[in-house]
Amino acid sequence: MNWLSQNLHIVWSLLLDHLWLSIVPIVLALVISIPLGWLAARYPRARTALLTGTGLLYAIPSLALFIMIPAIVGLSARSPWVAIIGLTLYGCALMVRGAADAFGSVSRETMLAADALGHSPWARFWAVELPLSGPVLVSSLRVMAVSTVSLVTIGAVIGISSLGTLFTDGFQRGIDASIITGIVLTVVVAFAIDAVVLLLGRLAMPWQAAVRA
Amino acid sequence: MIEFAAVRKEYPDGTVAVEDFSLVVPSHAVVVLVGSSGCGKTTLLRMVNRMVDPTSGTVSIDGDDVRAMDKVQLRRSIGYVLQAGGLLPHRTVADNVATVPVLEGANRREARRAALGLLERVGLDPALGDRYPLQLSGGQQQRVGVARALAADPNILLMDEPFGAVDPIVRDQLQEEMRTLQRELGKTILFVTHDIDEAFALGDEVLVLRKGAEIAQRGTPAEILAHPADEFVSRFVGAGTARRTLSVREVDGRRIVVDGDDRPTGVLAE
Amino acid sequence: MNLFAEALAHLFDPASWQGTNSLGLRILEHLGFSRAVLLAAAAIGIPAGVLIGHTGRGRGLVVALTSGARAIPTLGLLTIFGLALGIGLEAPFLALLVLALPPVLAGAYAGVEAVDRQVVGAARAIGMTEREIVQRVELPLAAPVLIGGVRSAALQVISTATLAAYVSNTGLGRPIFQGVKAGDYEVMLAGALLVALLSLVVELVFQAIQSAAGRRAEPHTVPARASARAPERNTA
Repeated sequence: MNWLSQNLHIVWSLLLDHLWLSIVPIVLALVISIPLGWLAARYPRARTALLTGTGLLYAIPSLALFIMIPAIVGLSARSPWVAIIGLTLYGCALMVRGAADAFGSVSRETMLAADALGHSPWARFWAVELPLSGPVLVSSLRVMAVSTVSLVTIGAVIGISSLGTLFTDGFQRGIDASIITGIVLTVVVAFAIDAVVLLLGRLAMPWQAAVRA
Repeated sequence: MIEFAAVRKEYPDGTVAVEDFSLVVPSHAVVVLVGSSGCGKTTLLRMVNRMVDPTSGTVSIDGDDVRAMDKVQLRRSIGYVLQAGGLLPHRTVADNVATVPVLEGANRREARRAALGLLERVGLDPALGDRYPLQLSGGQQQRVGVARALAADPNILLMDEPFGAVDPIVRDQLQEEMRTLQRELGKTILFVTHDIDEAFALGDEVLVLRKGAEIAQRGTPAEILAHPADEFVSRFVGAGTARRTLSVREVDGRRIVVDGDDRPTGVLAE
Repeated sequence: MNLFAEALAHLFDPASWQGTNSLGLRILEHLGFSRAVLLAAAAIGIPAGVLIGHTGRGRGLVVALTSGARAIPTLGLLTIFGLALGIGLEAPFLALLVLALPPVLAGAYAGVEAVDRQVVGAARAIGMTEREIVQRVELPLAAPVLIGGVRSAALQVISTATLAAYVSNTGLGRPIFQGVKAGDYEVMLAGALLVALLSLVVELVFQAIQSAAGRRAEPHTVPARASARAPERNTA
């Protein structure tokens, strides 16, 4: 506690770094995965290509990915964008399959009904496919969000600051409290973001609760 | 008026759903296509709103080839009722009914208000408007499906086994109400079913279809029952079975109708 | 791309593969260490998961463990264990075990639980003992999903073993962290490429094993893609 009270401002600023390094990739990965998942759900060929690709991408250790990214896109090795790009890729690797399953879970009959009513493909996507894929989409978003929050810490070993910095600093200087603070805060952030996703999901999908009741 | 002129549908894998089909559905009439599953009846229905495009031949509405029309606009101008209602599970009942008017740019609140009126029209309590489809019984969902098809006041209704998923008692009720509604509205209705009793109950004209949508017989229910064209139709309508061979018997001064097994089925109206 | 060329040159330089700093040695360390963690995780996780799946008791525990574990940052565990246990293999071993256990447990549990209860009932009806039911019925049928869990754990361990070098100077993380310390990007990149390659190879090997198991469990169907589904993962 003593350590924490003396280092509150550092912890606070690392927490903010961590939040932004988590939220940006989570949002980006979600936005990218939705169209890719839709393609994978509708076109078998795209499915094979996308799922194989994301599966292999996912097999690459995140530390290795963080190290390769500067060489590929020409960033400085310690730029926070390295983590953002890496985690976005990772998030997509996790999410594209989930999004494909989500769009695959929309019943054919309902889509047929939507067509028969005269939805244009664009209207059908927004009014029918996206909302109905919502429940599965949200559950894979939750997995992705929690993983991302935890993975942000890895960047610390190559100098990208986040709550992970509390691990590397704490280890080098032999301060347990620093590491424990980092672990606890990371878990808290993960669960907080998870709760926000869950809540937003409930607000966006009122029919779920109504039908369950 | 809907006209099918020598339409054929062949899928890329070589299956022929419809061989060569021609038909005129006169305005304000109910024409029922009846046949076993896979006979191509649903394919025919879907050609009307271009969910399926024929490989050859044309479908036209009031003389205009549907292929010249914009698919989306065409579909919004035709009411379509699917099995189990085909309701959108994530929209309230009122929003489901209001779907097409809202797609057409109607004010959402007004469209919802009109939807409540339509619910009443199909025999539902407007208070159900705020429920979600899965909170309704099968029969109620089916009525919502009909209300939704009527929402844009289309001239044509396409009905694809709309009452197939409800129990027989509810089905009878729905059929009865559909007849009442049709007497008031006078829509042009193309109706698909595999149930010959339903076809006879609703159709001004009935077409019994064989595989490939070949017309085995076409006529009023009475004509088909009286003179089944061939063995196939005869078996399909159950001619000659106990259920269809009725006779009259005098019991205590009243004339009772009995079936081939001597089971009473009704009393002859005097 | 120039940087990649330099990294590749480093990888193909025979000097990188000789002596105590040989990359070959690092690969062996990396694989040996990962194998040890994985075996320990399997030794604990498979019996526990099978038991939970067979008896149906403790389901909540599996769910809580797998979703909770995802939130725990492995680097945090690694460093705190490192401080507590000192420099050596114990700290990374424990940290990675915590990482590897949930997917193994979940895979074993989910695989057994998914076996058709009627099949199990039939096995009992023809007089199989509980042990025989587990060995001859549930395990073979659960194999694809069970192996899926192990595969997912293997992938995580291989990936995260890179971090072990942060506290214990072993495995393919070593050249990476040497590069980090010396500010030598090309050495870091060479290490990263190597560990990425290793992970991909392990992933492909497990994919092959899993689809073979799938063919055995369900010989009449196409090897089930759904069952090949690796559980979620929280990797470094």
